[in-house]
Amino acid sequence: KVECREVQTGEGARAVPLAGHVGFDSMPDQLVNKSVNHGFCFNILCVGETGLGKSTLMDTLFNTKFEGEPTQHNQPGVTLKSNTYELQESNVRLKLTVVNTVGFGDQINKEDSYKSIVEFIDAQFEAYLQEELKIKRTLHSYHDTRIHACLYFIAPTGHSLKSLDLVTMKKLDSKVNIIPIVAKSDAISKSELAKFKIKITSELVSNGVQIYQFPTDDESVAEINSTMNSHLPFAVVGSTEEVKIGNKMVKARQYPWGTVQVENENHCDFVKLREMLIRVNMEDLREQTHTRHYELYRRCKLEEMGFKDTDPDSKPFSLQETYEAKRNEFMGELQKKEEEMRQMFVQRVKEKEAELKEAEKELHEKFDRLKKLHQDEKKKLEDKKKSLDDELNMFKQKKTAAELLQNQAQQAGGSTTLKRDKERKK
Amino acid sequence: MSESTKPHHPNPQGKGEKTHGSDFSYVGIDAILEQMRRKAMKQGFELNIMVVGQSGLGKSTLMNTLFKSKVSRKSVQPNPEERIPKTIEIKSISHDIEEKGVRMKLTVIDTPGFGDQINNENCWQPIMKFINDQYEAYLQEEININRKKRIPDSRVHCCIYFIPPTGHCLRPLDVEFMRRLSKVVNIVPVIAKADTLTLEERDYFKQTIREELRANGIDVYPQKEFDEDADDRMINDKIREMIPFAVVGSDQEYQVNGKKILGRKTKWGTIEVENIAHCEFAYLRDLLIRTHMQNIKDITGSIHYETYRVRRLNESNGSWGDRRFRHAGLPRLGEMANSNSK
Repeated sequence: KVECREVQTGEGARAVPLAGHVGFDSMPDQLVNKSVNHGFCFNILCVGETGLGKSTLMDTLFNTKFEGEPTQHNQPGVTLKSNTYELQESNVRLKLTVVNTVGFGDQINKEDSYKSIVEFIDAQFEAYLQEELKIKRTLHSYHDTRIHACLYFIAPTGHSLKSLDLVTMKKLDSKVNIIPIVAKSDAISKSELAKFKIKITSELVSNGVQIYQFPTDDESVAEINSTMNSHLPFAVVGSTEEVKIGNKMVKARQYPWGTVQVENENHCDFVKLREMLIRVNMEDLREQTHTRHYELYRRCKLEEMGFKDTDPDSKPFSLQETYEAKRNEFMGELQKKEEEMRQMFVQRVKEKEAELKEAEKELHEKFDRLKKLHQDEKKKLEDKKKSLDDELNMFKQKKTAAELLQNQAQQAGGSTTLKRDKERKK
Repeated sequence: MSESTKPHHPNPQGKGEKTHGSDFSYVGIDAILEQMRRKAMKQGFELNIMVVGQSGLGKSTLMNTLFKSKVSRKSVQPNPEERIPKTIEIKSISHDIEEKGVRMKLTVIDTPGFGDQINNENCWQPIMKFINDQYEAYLQEEININRKKRIPDSRVHCCIYFIPPTGHCLRPLDVEFMRRLSKVVNIVPVIAKADTLTLEERDYFKQTIREELRANGIDVYPQKEFDEDADDRMINDKIREMIPFAVVGSDQEYQVNGKKILGRKTKWGTIEVENIAHCEFAYLRDLLIRTHMQNIKDITGSIHYETYRVRRLNESNGSWGDRRFRHAGLPRLGEMANSNSK
């Protein structure tokens, strides 16, 4: 046994000046290169009533035509449909997942509309948590399906938020980063839009809805982010059709009274949305999802399952012990189930075997019966044949005897006949 | 429910302008690289290096040379009487260093007393225990319900093992140590004080060492099985042909050809530390710091740590209730811990 003494020199680290170029300033590059090789993933959830232009906006944002036809309005409930696409721009590969709420707002009774959305979001957290708790895990190559941003589409009524919107956003604000947007905003005039935005913001605040705030702690983006925060909710217009304006083709919607240009900042906030969502804060959205929303989910879930962080004395092991116990319990259950299934299987096999045996027996019996029948018939026929043969023989005998008699009778009877004839003639 | 499809629109080429989309085919997805870089710069990096070797092999000097500052234990705790400790000590010292806006918390873990006793049996045990303790600490934080946003990473990312420049072959102690530790940590073996070997002796020594490592099944960094793709393999094969690096360390500057360089001045000439014709220090520095630092940390995190975690979580309930085991878990100042081997 070797004795070992451990010495730590204090908790804090001391700042040390460098006498020359060491080279670890390449670390951010190394980190970025690794991420580029690995690829990124980003998951957007679009919540909003049918017909608010969710799919068109996604197409416009990512400059592609995602598949899918417009959904019908007669869905019985809210379902979530998710599609994953692989996009690439210069050397960056992005796995983009777009989740749509199908049938949101179409029902007569919308009380439960938010439930499927919450369930979906929780399911993604759960999947990640399961992976994280696995013994042999592959977090490195795990395809993260957690929702990083929720675009909430508000109908351009111009008045205020619908109660469905308030309720839904309130249920979602602790689970996902919500970015509210006014959809199809070319339906509202500029002055109405300004009032609408103010109304929406005040309603959100008075109802305590926490929407996503673009981060202002990093000086390089603090300014632009705080400006953009004041422009929320973004009033957007989406279009994949191109119209010629001047000598350029631009994305726009053409009306008889004019053309709404999607990328014109005087016409709508599309550019702001794209800037914030993709070009400036994509990474922060991902980070907030992981460090805030997911951690909250994890904490609640683990506490629900009965785990606790206990006092420092036994702290390290309580979770492990419970984990172990749960695992054993689970294994025990699994084994029990396996046993049950095996029993059932054996039982079924026995039954089937018995059935088959029955059937076999029946068949044998039937065969025997038929055989017997056949034999009986055969015998009967033979008997009949025999009796017929006998009759035939007898007949033949009689016939021969009769013929003989006839011949004799003819010789003798010929004279008799003549005699009779003679008598008649007299 | 989800399918992978390639969008119909042709992929945008190159970068358009960053602010307003005058080139409207530019979406801006690649801006995420800049966002990541910003985040990394803000958060800073952590690196934990352990140096292992007998006294007098120049471990502290090499650390100072690598990081061009007084980061070694000797510089921080100057010892008037340079005594060889009776037992193996594990001393870790942290520094905050910064270069071009990139901040790093560097922790140098020194192991004075290793290999210095008459009987060196099991001298790797305290070191293995220390490494496993760091994994344990990380694991504990990770499985907490209320856990920190960024789990402090004290795991040993890299262990530099100093081989004395005998010129012959590895000693049994070297083989034993590296064999055991290569399973739990990234080992980078170096030939210390390589200025005592001629180039031919050096090549012969390196070849012998490589063969012995192979013969004993010792996988040093970069490990063959963790090469990610063909490019990776190509780069790493070149490195594998060069290890162990024959290094010379120095924190003294001299004037050579009008330039100030780090070196060792002798009567027969000045050995320039960063001159690859003289020694392989530059290769070591490039590997550790400039090109493979992230990779070293990744392998520690996603392979060595995961291996430890799997083993730990699979352990039966036998050791759970053992209080002594529990308390021997995390290192405390001045505590005598009876180490059981792992």
